Order: sequence, then structure tokens, then C-alpha cells
Amino acid sequence: MADTGLDVLWVYLATTPLLWLTLTLLAYLAACWLYERAGRHPLLTPVVPTVLVLILVLLLTSTTYSTYFDGAQFIHFLLGPATVALAVPLYKQMHKLRKIWLPAILALFSGGVVASFSAVSVGWLLGASRETLLSLAPKSVTTPVAMGISQTIDGLPSLTAALVVVTGIIGAICGTKIFDWLGVEDDSIRGIAMGVASHGVGTARAFQVSQEMGAFSGLAMALSALLTALILPWLLGFVGFI
Amino acid sequence: MNMLLGISILLAYQLVGEMLVVLLALPLPGPVAGMLLLLITLMVRGEVAAPLGSAANLLLSHLSLLFVPAGVGVMVHFHRLGEEGLAIAMALVLSTFATLAATALIMKGADRFIRGGQGGRG
Repeated sequence: MADTGLDVLWVYLATTPLLWLTLTLLAYLAACWLYERAGRHPLLTPVVPTVLVLILVLLLTSTTYSTYFDGAQFIHFLLGPATVALAVPLYKQMHKLRKIWLPAILALFSGGVVASFSAVSVGWLLGASRETLLSLAPKSVTTPVAMGISQTIDGLPSLTAALVVVTGIIGAICGTKIFDWLGVEDDSIRGIAMGVASHGVGTARAFQVSQEMGAFSGLAMALSALLTALILPWLLGFVGFI
Repeated sequence: MNMLLGISILLAYQLVGEMLVVLLALPLPGPVAGMLLLLITLMVRGEVAAPLGSAANLLLSHLSLLFVPAGVGVMVHFHRLGEEGLAIAMALVLSTFATLAATALIMKGADRFIRGGQGGRG
């Protein structure tokens, strides 16, 4: 039974990029369907069930992450052009941005500092290791940038990438609730805060709320990536951490 | 054909961005540089060409899909998560809440302060 055609087929498929690429897309499509069916409940933000299902499948089939990534890298690669594409919604919101650029810059700067400082402080208080703390520091900026920063400051880029996505998910799930509690109603402000705290995953959620919130979230994500890349290594050096 | 053109424009801007970052040793990621270049181009041209608009729309409407491969990478760190899980979880949750709240409130406050100042003068 073990050496049947099915086994041969599995051995063949498991090593081609096609299998994991296709499964990633199918899992995501199923998650989108579920999300719509559940009335766009934030807990079911498509990235959450997709990641959980894929991890489960990989564990059950004893497939390594690097084998999976051989297929999934084609999707991962699109993060680059997607970042460039943010210029389009941003351009369309330019008239609005001109009116609020000063508060936006202030919020971006302080939000970026709060993001890194609070994560490292809480982790440190609860006894996280140095490697973990350094990997936590850039967790609020978008994946490719955060991985670069993590490398620069001696963190673990692959751990950072995972923490970045989890951070994005937390923001995507809780963001709108927190804004409601705080009485923040303006979609441009909601967008900026979402982008600073939860980068692209938060931006994806913001686009589902409104084009305006999405555009500002995209802007904040791009600018905070820029700011964090510039000041985080310096800031950590300043407090004597690296 | 149109979609192909749009995707090519995005990739070309990313390529130029990456090259600029390397050549000028800029401390920012290539795609972010590409985004800034495209934004400047759009502001100069004053419009978004249809192929570019549809390609950007396609990518941005499925933005969360693009984070799936990195997210699945959590599985590589299960061991660390077992040992430092509480610290990491608390750090992520509290920090994300703090960042969302701080950014929104600072921006709201600053916006009000600046508008108030302008209102007072006018």
C-alpha cells in the first residue's frame, strides 16, 4: 500500500513549487469565501485561517518550511511591486494629505517610536532573550523592510518576518474596535494609525473599510518603514542595546 | 496586454528604486524608493494611466495574500515560541494596542491644535 502510485505522486508533487503555490492560493480563496460568509468578521481576516491551515498541512505532511517557500516565494516576491503600487491610491488622496501633513508626520514619528519601544520593553520585562528582543524591535514595519532592519541590528530576520505578520493580524483584528473606543472617527486618522501599527496586513483590512482609510494606511506604512529603517538602529544604539 | 503593461511599470519602478538604493547607499528599502519615484511621476503627469491603475488595484486588493508565505514562517520558530511565548505574545499585543492608540490620539490632537490655531488667527 505504501509504495503505490499515490506515494510516487506525493514524492513528485511535494518537491515541485507548483503544489505549495497552488495550495497557498486555494487556501487563501477559501479563507476569503469564509470571510465574506461571516460578514467580514475581523477575526476571520483571510490571512489568519490561511496561515493556520497551511501550517497544519505542512506539519501533517512533515514538509519543511524551506520546501514550502520554494513554491510560495512567487507570492512573497509580489510584496515588492505591491509596495510600489501604493503610490497610486496615495496619489489619489494627495489633496487630502496636503491638509494634514504636519499632524501626520508627528503621528508617524511618535507612533514608530512607541511601536518599537513598547514591544522591546514588554518583552524585556517578561524575560525575553536578547535575540528575541532585537527581532521584536522592527515588528511594526512591512515584511521586507523589517527583515532588513532585523539583519542590521543582529536580530533573526525569519523570526522578525513571522512577528511582523502576527503584529499585522492583531492590528487588523482589533484596530477598528480600538478607534471606536477612542472616538477616532476620521478615516484618514484611522488609516495612518493602522499603517504605523500594522503595515500591509492592517492596510489590507483598511482598504476593506474604505478607499480613504486604505490609502492613508498605505502611506503610513511606507513612511514608517522609511523612518524606522533610518532611526531604529540609531535609537537602539543610543539606549545602549546594540 | 494592458495588465502586462501595468505590472511591467510597477516592476520597472521597483528595479530603478533598488538600483538607486544600492548605487547611492540610501538607508531605505528599494520598493519604498520605487514607490516614492512613482508618486513623483504621477504628480508630474497629473493622472494615473489605466493599465497602471488596474495592475495596482489587482495587487492591493489581495495585499493580505502576499503576507501568507512570511506568516507561515512562524512554524520555524515554534520552539522559541514555546519558551518565550508569553513574553512575545504580550509584547506584540500590548505594543500593537499602544501604537494604534498613541498614533491615532497624537494625530487627532495635533490636527485639532493646528486647526484651532488657524481658526484663532482667522
